[in-house]
Amino acid sequence: MSGALQDWKSQKKPFAAVATAPVFWLGLFFIAPMTIVWLYSFGQNAGPADINISGTLDNYKRATEWLYLSIFLKSFAVAALTTLICLIIGFPVAMAITFAAPKWRPWLLLGIMLPFWTNLLIRTYALMALMGTNGYMNKGLGGLWEGASWLRTLVGMQPLEAWTPVQLLYNNFAVVLGLVYVHLPFMVLPLYSALDRLDKSLIEASLDLGAGHFKTFMKIVVPLAAPGIFAGVMITLVPALGAYLTPDLMGGTDSQMIANVIERQFKRANDWPFGAALSFLLIYAMFILIALQSMRANKVKEAR
Amino acid sequence: MFNRTAIAPLEYTRKLWMRSWVGLTMLFLYAPLVVLMIFSFNDSKRNVMWKGFTLKYYEKALNNDSLVEAMVNSLTIAFLATIISLVIGALAAVMLWRFRFPFKGLVEGTMSLPIIVPEICLGVAFLIFFAKLDWPTDLAWPLNLSAITIAHITFCFPFVAMVVRARLASFNREEEEAAKDLGATEWQAFRDVLLPHIKPSLVAGALLAFTLSLDDFVITFFTSGPDTITFPVKVYSMVRFSVTPEVNAASTILIILTVALTFIALKYQGVKGIAETH
Repeated sequence: MSGALQDWKSQKKPFAAVATAPVFWLGLFFIAPMTIVWLYSFGQNAGPADINISGTLDNYKRATEWLYLSIFLKSFAVAALTTLICLIIGFPVAMAITFAAPKWRPWLLLGIMLPFWTNLLIRTYALMALMGTNGYMNKGLGGLWEGASWLRTLVGMQPLEAWTPVQLLYNNFAVVLGLVYVHLPFMVLPLYSALDRLDKSLIEASLDLGAGHFKTFMKIVVPLAAPGIFAGVMITLVPALGAYLTPDLMGGTDSQMIANVIERQFKRANDWPFGAALSFLLIYAMFILIALQSMRANKVKEAR
Repeated sequence: MFNRTAIAPLEYTRKLWMRSWVGLTMLFLYAPLVVLMIFSFNDSKRNVMWKGFTLKYYEKALNNDSLVEAMVNSLTIAFLATIISLVIGALAAVMLWRFRFPFKGLVEGTMSLPIIVPEICLGVAFLIFFAKLDWPTDLAWPLNLSAITIAHITFCFPFVAMVVRARLASFNREEEEAAKDLGATEWQAFRDVLLPHIKPSLVAGALLAFTLSLDDFVITFFTSGPDTITFPVKVYSMVRFSVTPEVNAASTILIILTVALTFIALKYQGVKGIAETH
C-alpha cells in the first residue's frame, strides 16, 4: 500500500461520505437481526406469536441433550468426511493445473470454476436426476454387475442374479456425494493458488538428490502447500457444516444435519427460541474453527 | 498430443494417471449438468430414454406464468442487489483502505461476518427481523421484493468490498495527490482518478454479487413472504413435489445465462483475475 493511512479527524467530510452507508447498513441489517436472534436464544414461547426474553438458559440446556448433540456430531463428521474426500480428489487436480502447459492452465481453471458459478439448486437437482433409481448411475452399476456376471460364467461359475436398481438417493451416502460435488471447486482453487506460488526448483532439487516422486510429494510439496491445504479445508468445512439444501433434498430421514434441525424449529416445530439457540451454537462452532485456523497461521508466521 | 518428447520430471500433467484423474473429476463435475441440458430437449415425460428432439418443454416453461414470474423476480432482485452492493461495497473498501479510525479492527471484522456466518443462521435472523418489524408483504411489485433484496445486499456487499480492496492495494496514491495539487476537488479526484483505477474490480465485484444473489436459496427461502417467489425457491418446490422436464428447460436457460456471464467476466478480467476473486 502506498502512502500512510489518513486520520479520520483530519478528513471528516470525505470520511463521513464513505463510512456512513456501509456502517449504517451493517448496523441495521446485520448486527440488529443477529442481536435479535441472540436475545431470542435466551427466551421462551409465551404465546403463539409472542416470545418472552427471560434470560433462561433452557434452550441451551436442551441443545445439549443427546438427540441434538448427536446431530451436531454427525454434521461435523459428514462435513469432515466431505472435506477429506474433496482434498483427496482435489489435490491431484490442483497439481495437474499447476504443472499443465501454460496454454492449458486457464482453461482447466475455468473448468473447475464454471460449476462454482452455476446455481447450487440446479447442480443438486442435476445430480439427483443422475442418481435416481432410473438414472444413469444405476444403469452404469447395472452394466458393471452384468459384466461381473458374464465373467463368472466364463470361469464356469453360476451367473449372478439379475440386477435390481439400488436406492442411491435419500441416504447418508447421497448427502456426502452431494456435498463433495458442490464443494469440490472450493477446495481446488486455494490448493492451486498455494501450489502455483511454490518454488518448483525445490521439487527438482529433491528429485535430483534421489528422492522419489512420492517422497518428494510428502516431504516437499505437502509442507510447502500447507497454507493452501488449511485454507482449502476451512473453505470446504465451514459451508459443509452449515449445509441445508443437500441433506434436505438428497438425504433420508436419518441424514438430517444441524441446519435442517434449525429450519424445522422455525417452520414446522415453531420453537423460535430453541432454533435461535441452535443457530448461535452453530455460529460459535464456526468461530472456534476459524480461531484454530488463524492461531495456526500466526504460529507459522512466528516460526519464520 | 502423443509423447514426441520424453516426459520431464515435473510434467506431472502429462502422466497418464494424472490425466485420467483430471478427466474423471471433470466428468464428475460436468456429467450431471450436461445430461440435464441434453434431456431438456427430450420428448419424453420420464428422464431416462431418449425419445427424440423437442422444444416443447421450453415452450411450457416459458408459458408457465409462475415460473416466469419467479425468474423475473430473481433477475430483478439480483439486479437491484448488485447495484446497491456495488456502491456500499466500494465505499466500505475505500473507507478501510484510506482511513484510520477508532474501532477499525472491529468494523473490519464485523464486515467479514456475513461471509462466514452460515446461510441458515443469516436466513433465520432475517426471518425474525422482518417479522419483528412487521415488514409488509403485500406491497406492489417490485416493492414486495424489498425484504429479499435487503437480505441479499447484506451478504453480497462484503464480497464486493473484498474484491475492490484488493484492487485498491495497487493504487498509487501520488496520482490522487497530483490531481488535488492541480486543483481537483475531493470528489473530482475520486471520480477521475480513483474510480477508473478500480473499474475492473467493480466489474468483477458486480458479477460476483449478481451470481451470489441469483444463486441464493436458503436466505431467500426464509425471507420471502407467502406470495413472493424466486427462481431457486420455485425450482425447490417443483423438485420436492414432482420432477418435471420444465425444470430441466428452465435450468438450462439459467446455466446458459451463467456461462454467458462468466465469459463476459473473462473478457474483462482474464481467467486468472477471476480465479483471484475467489
